[in-house]
Amino acid sequence: MLDFLTTLINGLSLGGVYAMIALGYTMVYGIAKMLNFAHGDIIMVGGFALLIVCNATGITSVSLIVAVVVCMAVGILTEILAYRPLRGASPLAVLITAIGVSYLLRSIAQLAFGTEAKYLEINMGTIAIGSFRLSVGTLVTLLSASLVMVLLTLFINKTRTGKAMLAVSEDKDAAQLMGINSNRIIMITFAIGSALAALAGFFIILKNPFSVNNTMGAMPGIMAFTAAVIGGIGSIPGAMLGGLALGIIETFSNSVPALNPYTVAIEFALLIVILIVKPTGLIGKKKREKV
Amino acid sequence: MNGFIRYFSAVKARFKLKNYLTYFIFLAFILIFAPLGLTGSLKMSTEFMLEQIGYSIVAAISLSLVVGFLGELSLGHAGFMSIGAMVGALLQNKLYPSLSASSPFLALVIAMIVGGLAAAVFGFIIGLPALRLKGDYLAIVTLAFCQIVQTIFEQLPFFGGTLGIANAARYSSHKLFIVIFVVALISLVAINNFIKSKHGRAVMAIRDNEIAARAMGVNVSFNKIFVFVFSSFIAGIAGVLMAASKNTVAANAFTYNYSIDILVMVVLGGMGNINGSIVAATLITVLNISLNNVFTGSMAAIKNIVYALVLILIVIYTNAPGLKSFREKHGFGVYWSKFTAKIVKLFSKKELKQDPAKEKEFGADWSKVPTKVEMDAILSTDLTPDKSYVSDKPAPDGKTDGSGKGDK
Repeated sequence: MLDFLTTLINGLSLGGVYAMIALGYTMVYGIAKMLNFAHGDIIMVGGFALLIVCNATGITSVSLIVAVVVCMAVGILTEILAYRPLRGASPLAVLITAIGVSYLLRSIAQLAFGTEAKYLEINMGTIAIGSFRLSVGTLVTLLSASLVMVLLTLFINKTRTGKAMLAVSEDKDAAQLMGINSNRIIMITFAIGSALAALAGFFIILKNPFSVNNTMGAMPGIMAFTAAVIGGIGSIPGAMLGGLALGIIETFSNSVPALNPYTVAIEFALLIVILIVKPTGLIGKKKREKV
Repeated sequence: MNGFIRYFSAVKARFKLKNYLTYFIFLAFILIFAPLGLTGSLKMSTEFMLEQIGYSIVAAISLSLVVGFLGELSLGHAGFMSIGAMVGALLQNKLYPSLSASSPFLALVIAMIVGGLAAAVFGFIIGLPALRLKGDYLAIVTLAFCQIVQTIFEQLPFFGGTLGIANAARYSSHKLFIVIFVVALISLVAINNFIKSKHGRAVMAIRDNEIAARAMGVNVSFNKIFVFVFSSFIAGIAGVLMAASKNTVAANAFTYNYSIDILVMVVLGGMGNINGSIVAATLITVLNISLNNVFTGSMAAIKNIVYALVLILIVIYTNAPGLKSFREKHGFGVYWSKFTAKIVKLFSKKELKQDPAKEKEFGADWSKVPTKVEMDAILSTDLTPDKSYVSDKPAPDGKTDGSGKGDK
């Protein structure tokens, strides 16, 4: 029973990380109508920023803020340099550019830091209630993921910028006619997504101190993309739900020795089954096609 | 005999060099390199590069069928190649020792057919969700398929686990690239003929407007699944060829990154342009290998940076809406069509006629817009009917035309 509870909490916290990354995917998809394959590599940028600042100053909070700022800058820069010239081009062209950006970020990191994993431990201790032990890091992850989701939902539904984002995702041209600067809104979306990616990078390092290397964002990126699609890509509550579901499944599957090697296959098989049953994801809007 | 001659003259009349130019270039390529390879005057590295170009072309044109002609994004093409490669490698290892004495490449041919069929079965399975899913949702399903295949192959000891299968069939490498190119040519002909067939046109109709195609009586389900099966069959063959040219073949060679590499070839070559895919596959493979040779060791990262930058710049150059007018003057396509026109002109005696369907429509001819002076002249023209004009039609009073000419 205790094992079950520990696994559940670990799963929820992993799901929180996935949800945070998935939010970046889903917001960019909803607003700019593109799959940002470079999103996972923004996590890696955040990881290296954390590593450098943490080694230099030793203060976790400062390095986290620096990482968030660096990631936002990189996110905005890629948006302006690589994606903005292609606004209005075919979605596939934008996808290939995103892949190019992903390769570029990865290889720059490889040139600067090599390919071997760097060690960065951010220790927050553990709490023990009787025989029930839980690392503080997991709890912090879970709580901050929930906080981020609540804040993001409030931001999108209550503020002017958030409503403008909803308007742009609904109809970009109409929003522009109403006086919304859609380029600015897309830039803000990228900034928020990248900030969430930096946070996610921090939590990934909390879970595993050996995770900083030039491909650290690849697998979480794909899993988060999967989570976003399971929830219904473009839908913010969907990304949260998908992320949590995937995190829980991954943790439980990993805790069973017989299923452990097949975890990835199980997650993706689940994705295929869900999509066959509900082709637009769990909370995806069904688009009605006009003829 | 008479009918035979008539048939050939009919074929000769319809024959247009332009339609077969790619085949001839391909054949010429094989005929140039085959003697060099057979006499052993090519370097090992060159031969390996040719092999890699060959199977990249096969993989790219098979993906082009799904992405360019069916219009569905597939991120899991490496999965089909992986199935073909693994099944093919196993079969080759079993068959090669007994068959190599009689005919050296028989094992490879059997492996290609079986590997292709195995991949086609999975193409059918992935084609089923394609009936319900569209766009990015289908893309993630194909990506998921690729990951599942990789995970399962790595866990099966039968397929060598993570280490992969060692290639026991050592084909004489002087000949292997020729075989690969011949297979590439055959699959190119097969795909081109499929596209020109009734089914190919139906597939393109589905791509352009699925509902309209359905209304016209196109069997959407059948055609979609057929494209997936056909494409994965050829991808499986590409996998077998890749396995044959390597020492070991392991599942981790077919990650989704490899699928994306193939997708890059297809997109850079131009969607729905088979020849473009071939050119892009060749150029990218050559670029990759030559950059690999230049930047070795710790400099390998620079190669990736160059590759990524070239990729981003080419996509922006060929797709950015802001550069459209520049592209129409100096685009790759313009130079390519000039080049092919020149080659066709070299070989054909007849004057080259522009295909009227492909001729560009010039909207407004600005050189013919009247200047202000002309405009004044036009405006000052007297528009009252000319008295001297005589109608051709018979006058109402019954006089025949022509006779009234002198009256007024």
